[in-house]
Amino acid sequence: MSVNQYRSPGSRVFDAVNIAVLTGLGLITLVPLLYVLAGSFASESEISSRTFFLWPEKFVTSTYEYIFATDVFIRALLTTVVVTLVGTVVQLALTLTMAYPLAKRYLPGRALMLNLVIFTVVFSGGIIPTYLVVRDLGMLNSYWALILPLAINPFYLIIVKSFFQELPEALEEAARIDGCTEMGVFFKIVLPLSKPIIATFSLFYAVGIWNDYMSPLLYIDDSSKWTLQVLVRQLTGADAQNALSALETVFFPTQGLKFAVVVIATLPILLFYPFLQKHFVKGVLIGSVKE
Amino acid sequence: MATDLATPPVKAVKATGHRPGRARALWRYRWLYLMIIPGLAYFLIFKYVPMRGLQIAFQDFVPFLGYNGSQWVGFKHFEDLFTGPDFGRLMYNTLFLALLNIVFVFPAPIIVALMLNELRINVLKRSVQSLIYIPHFLSWTIVASLTYILFSVDYGVLAGWIHEILGGQKIDYVAQPEWFRPIIILQTLWKTTGWTTIIYLAALAGVNHEQYEAARMDGAGRWRQLWHVTLPAIRPTIVVMAILMSGNLLDMSFEQIWLMTNNLNRGTADVFDTFTYYVGINQGAYSYATAVGLFKGVAGVLLIFGSNWLAKRLGQRGLF
Repeated sequence: MSVNQYRSPGSRVFDAVNIAVLTGLGLITLVPLLYVLAGSFASESEISSRTFFLWPEKFVTSTYEYIFATDVFIRALLTTVVVTLVGTVVQLALTLTMAYPLAKRYLPGRALMLNLVIFTVVFSGGIIPTYLVVRDLGMLNSYWALILPLAINPFYLIIVKSFFQELPEALEEAARIDGCTEMGVFFKIVLPLSKPIIATFSLFYAVGIWNDYMSPLLYIDDSSKWTLQVLVRQLTGADAQNALSALETVFFPTQGLKFAVVVIATLPILLFYPFLQKHFVKGVLIGSVKE
Repeated sequence: MATDLATPPVKAVKATGHRPGRARALWRYRWLYLMIIPGLAYFLIFKYVPMRGLQIAFQDFVPFLGYNGSQWVGFKHFEDLFTGPDFGRLMYNTLFLALLNIVFVFPAPIIVALMLNELRINVLKRSVQSLIYIPHFLSWTIVASLTYILFSVDYGVLAGWIHEILGGQKIDYVAQPEWFRPIIILQTLWKTTGWTTIIYLAALAGVNHEQYEAARMDGAGRWRQLWHVTLPAIRPTIVVMAILMSGNLLDMSFEQIWLMTNNLNRGTADVFDTFTYYVGINQGAYSYATAVGLFKGVAGVLLIFGSNWLAKRLGQRGLF
């Protein structure tokens, strides 16, 4: 588009409005997050006296000092980190090992198994029957309940399967001729070729577990096993005072505390965001093309 | 499976082993089958066993008595559901939100994508994109917390501003039933619009530039180019997204709705999923809750197949 191309006045007005509206949309996204960040570093009196600010008058870290000295927070943070890490590994392992055989068109029974997977996308037992299964397995109040019931996302599985199908069969064949078992082919040939897609789906799964609120809501009663999302909820919800009475440590949810805990639960996502953006955009497009 | 194993291979396998019998295939592909076992076990345990558990919708399920010991009651819970006060309210709430989604949430990313497409300053375009994708990755818990922080009656910044401008009584937006739907739609717009533009932007990137050239030669201004070139080019994408949406019409985000539900607005807020959870887990009415869930599940399947059938009737590719 050349710079000196003639633009009608209407066209220029449109451009101006367009720029203004889109900038506005960007700000609507950004400003609430910045406000919470600024508030988390402000004193309680500043939060209550100034209605709105994006930079605290006096920079205070006492809220974070308090948080990182309180068992409840430390425990929730550790729980969430560990569950996310272990969960991502389990989910990836199950997804990759299941996707690989399903990618082999010659495997007898493949169509049946694929249909079994796809059917679960359309129809499921629903909340209560799944809850009862988890309960019967003795997983209530267990961290495994936050991982295993969501171990494989059928959409991700199908995308990984399609990816495996497109790998050059000749390479695998060569390895087999050299005496590799299928297992060996998978670990020595297929996985190294799949690094990009492994990275993508690690992020997919990790974000899913980190952000999950429904599983802890369903399966975790014990307040000592709360995850970060549950804590955020308990602190910022309308009935925060009541909800927190479940804890043995007594503390009052000050405004600054609410802001800070939202920041802590958001920060890892924002730190990974540059990678997320790159991989997810690719992922969502693969997904939309393949479907 | 056991009988399959016992059946001897009918055809003698040639040396090349192209058409092995079942047992032989099992042995030949043993590593592949071994690899698939954990994943298959997952689907059986966490997806198919619960489907069997749906039988409690037709029982008066008592956990102590189990699936086999509980009394069968036929369609009692469904009769209760359809004749009781809950069904109409759940259906109304769900369809009302679905309608708002169609009117406000569905077109939003199309409009934003078209606007981004018209933006000629690349730095700004990329910055805006990077910003508006962010909320997609934030949990509903965070979105709900931000909503409480910004809209709560005592200290919410936005609530305060609105009060200053409009005056009158202070309004507790997050608690009042009549504000529940606007807040839900605003949340959904904030969280999903940016991200969904990706799909439309991808379609827009595929539009042939020569078509714009040709339209300009014919004297078409920007509006006419938009109308005659851009929109027709992304119409298939819009249709696919519309099919997807109508297939999921009853699927409200459980987490989103649940997090914004309180005792004041429950009557307006309840949709099938949150009601199922509330009645089943909180009140222990497993069978009734399962019946509600099963109704929604079956309706969902019908919607998916219905919208797919419709898409094919309209000459689109459909989803399956």
